[in-house]
Amino acid sequence: MADLSCTIAGIPSPNPFWVASAPPSDKYYNVERAFKAGWGGVVWKTLGIDPPIVNVTSRYGSVELNGQKMMGLNNNELISDRPLDVNLAEIKQIKEEWPDRAVVVSLMVPCNQKDWEYILRKVEGTGADGVELNFGCPHGMSERGMGASVGQVPEYVEMVTRWVKENSNLPCIVKLTPNITDIRYPARAAKTGGADGVSLINTISSIVSVNLDSMSPEPSIEGKGTHGGYCGPAVKPIALNMTSEIARDPETLDLPISSIGGISNWKDAAEFISMGAEGVQVCTAIMHHGFRIVEDMIEGLSYWMDEKGYQNIEDFRGLAKKNVVDWQYLNLNYNIKARINQELCVECGLCFISCEDASHQAIKMKKHDGNRSFEVIDQECVGCNLCMLVCPVENCITMERVDSGKEYQNWTNHPNNPMAVTETA
Amino acid sequence: MPQTPDIQKGRLSTQQLAQNFEDIHPPLDYGNAILEAQRCYYCFDAPCVNACPTQIDIPSFIRKISSGNTRGSAKDILSQNIMGGMCARVCPTEVLCEGVCVRNTQESKPVRIGALQRYSTDWLMEKGDMLFERAPSSGKRVAVIGGGPAGLSCAHRLAMLGHEVVVFEAREKMSGLNEYGIAAYKTVDDFAQREVEFILSLGGIKTQCGVSLGKDLKLSELKSEFDAVFLGIGLGNVNQLEIGDTPLGVFSAVDYIEDLRQASNLENLPVARRVIVIGGGSTAIDIAVQSKKLGAEDVTLVYRRGPENMSATNVEQEFAQVHDVKIRTWLQPNSWLVENGQLSGIRFEYTELNSSGKLMGKDEFLELETDSAFLALGQKMMHKIFELELEMNSGKLAVDENGATSQSGIWAGGDCITAGKDLTVHAVEQGKQAAIAMDQWLRN
Repeated sequence: MADLSCTIAGIPSPNPFWVASAPPSDKYYNVERAFKAGWGGVVWKTLGIDPPIVNVTSRYGSVELNGQKMMGLNNNELISDRPLDVNLAEIKQIKEEWPDRAVVVSLMVPCNQKDWEYILRKVEGTGADGVELNFGCPHGMSERGMGASVGQVPEYVEMVTRWVKENSNLPCIVKLTPNITDIRYPARAAKTGGADGVSLINTISSIVSVNLDSMSPEPSIEGKGTHGGYCGPAVKPIALNMTSEIARDPETLDLPISSIGGISNWKDAAEFISMGAEGVQVCTAIMHHGFRIVEDMIEGLSYWMDEKGYQNIEDFRGLAKKNVVDWQYLNLNYNIKARINQELCVECGLCFISCEDASHQAIKMKKHDGNRSFEVIDQECVGCNLCMLVCPVENCITMERVDSGKEYQNWTNHPNNPMAVTETA
Repeated sequence: MPQTPDIQKGRLSTQQLAQNFEDIHPPLDYGNAILEAQRCYYCFDAPCVNACPTQIDIPSFIRKISSGNTRGSAKDILSQNIMGGMCARVCPTEVLCEGVCVRNTQESKPVRIGALQRYSTDWLMEKGDMLFERAPSSGKRVAVIGGGPAGLSCAHRLAMLGHEVVVFEAREKMSGLNEYGIAAYKTVDDFAQREVEFILSLGGIKTQCGVSLGKDLKLSELKSEFDAVFLGIGLGNVNQLEIGDTPLGVFSAVDYIEDLRQASNLENLPVARRVIVIGGGSTAIDIAVQSKKLGAEDVTLVYRRGPENMSATNVEQEFAQVHDVKIRTWLQPNSWLVENGQLSGIRFEYTELNSSGKLMGKDEFLELETDSAFLALGQKMMHKIFELELEMNSGKLAVDENGATSQSGIWAGGDCITAGKDLTVHAVEQGKQAAIAMDQWLRN
């Protein structure tokens, strides 16, 4: 039976599933429910310095897709709006009642050393296992010189991280904002500043929609809206890529990562861990279905690990890293072609029109006795697998390898490449 | 069944028979299962869970199909209902889980919970791993009388809790009505026996077939030889009609269905040209439909009250009608019509409810010709099989909420007790609850 216990940025946790810093983790009541459901750890919703901030009403907007609700979620909520002492007392109580679970406190204070020292002293008194530095909030706080306005400037990331590490022995995780050109720079800065780990991604700056009657962005507060933070299943690919970038960067190879972004089930978590993360954090999926989703996460991950022969998390962590390469090293001689299973085909015609209009016109539509059939034209098929993705029937379109599998050729020495590396004679 | 020109074997070819008795609900494949699972909203405190007699966490098992945790899905099902496979095939989901699915409201299309449950349990049974482990041995031994759903469910749970169990079964094979009663097209490919194998693979359960209570076994002896006893004996007798001597050509539906289920070659079963079925429950529906599938020309099901009073659900009644079974209601049998010692028809009396709601004959009559009649009037318990005093209630064993009978050390569940409806799923739940209660009693 697989062992899910792990350490994330040096903090022990019975399993890699943590609740991310957000409304699900903002008070004792919720956090207790999370721990009762089985979550391994919680990052408490970001604390600031009193007086607390004030939130608006109408805080969430979402993107649906063909009836699937909340494929992407957008929020304009700020950090915790409860008094600091109330939060601190509850954190202390939770940690006393759940000593084996990870309790990390997210922090965001003005960009000066005094305020950081102040808040760190307060947090140390709670017995919490670590702090997470919120350099990522893309709205509300960034206008005041906090949140994303720190995370977007690597020098500030390094500076504040150093203040925290010099002023406290608590493990320090730096939360990175994705609203940046190259995630490696703030990650390196966090490491240089002494961070024990990084967590990413925070939310992505976004506006989900425009209400065409009131001509205002959603969510609308009396006819006005603002840019908010996007999260949920829609952002998983961005989070996965950024995790991979940091995990593979020679300068941050051993920097612990706590991955956040659209994780809904055990498989998502396994993907991030395979890419190098030590653990994951979840928010949107909890908002959608409740804390109970962790049961499938724990069980599903355990069963999969048993099946694969992985006895603990470290056995498979990062195994996918080496297979993420720069484009120029991909094998140009690898050749696949689409194959349509005529027995499974429901004749919707979507493969045809997607290839005809948007790819290489490699699917032939034949009509006979009121039925239609679809065939791949091998000479035209470039193996892009767009048809496979649009086909609504599971396993109806598959890709078949048609090259001999013997020759490897990449762009770096391809004759078409003016910068090709040629072998010396 | 004696053969006459109008009751004959081999009305249909082997090929036609095989086709008729194919699985009426073919299983979902992977792609369809994912599509269907995604329709589930994953409700909290879901109505479907409350409607399930075994309280399976349905939203959870469905979500685990979507997430690719099929093993976990099967575990969710089987930990609450060890016969999740059979129940997926036979439960009247239209009046249980699917009947209360919240997706009925907008689209009249509930999530296909039964089909999804079959998907997960089939997947697991094919893998062959037991999923459950036994607790350390308690040193206690329990006798289970009856190897049907109630008995097997009780035995499995007791074995899981660490006890040794012996199941005594009167027939040659285990599984009771799952093997001898459920319509053939609902459980194809010898599923009942495969499920028994799966259940027994836990270990700790021994079986003895061909021994029956009252004849080969005495309750008092079992009580002293074992630490506890569970009775899952079902209902071994059928109700009769009191309208005069039964002529040739009148048969018990339950007996015929048993022959059908055990027939190695359906062509050997005699089938009448014209059939009348008297009754209004699942057995009546099953015998009517199966007669049609065997090649009967004309099948009429006659019930003494209205369609809304039949214990067969709307879905079952529609199923019969789609198979060309006529359903006649508000008619009760008055007398047999006999020619040359053989049934030639039945005289029915029209019925109605009087002002106090009692069913009365209207003194108007209708004669229907037929070559054979099946009685599906319900079953009743065999009597004179306990030499110990056991309190009864309406002809069945009286038990408390955990299945304890009036005799200390003896529990009961399934069709032989008064509680619940006579569905497989109720028997499984009662067997399970009794096992939990027995375990506590055995350890005190």
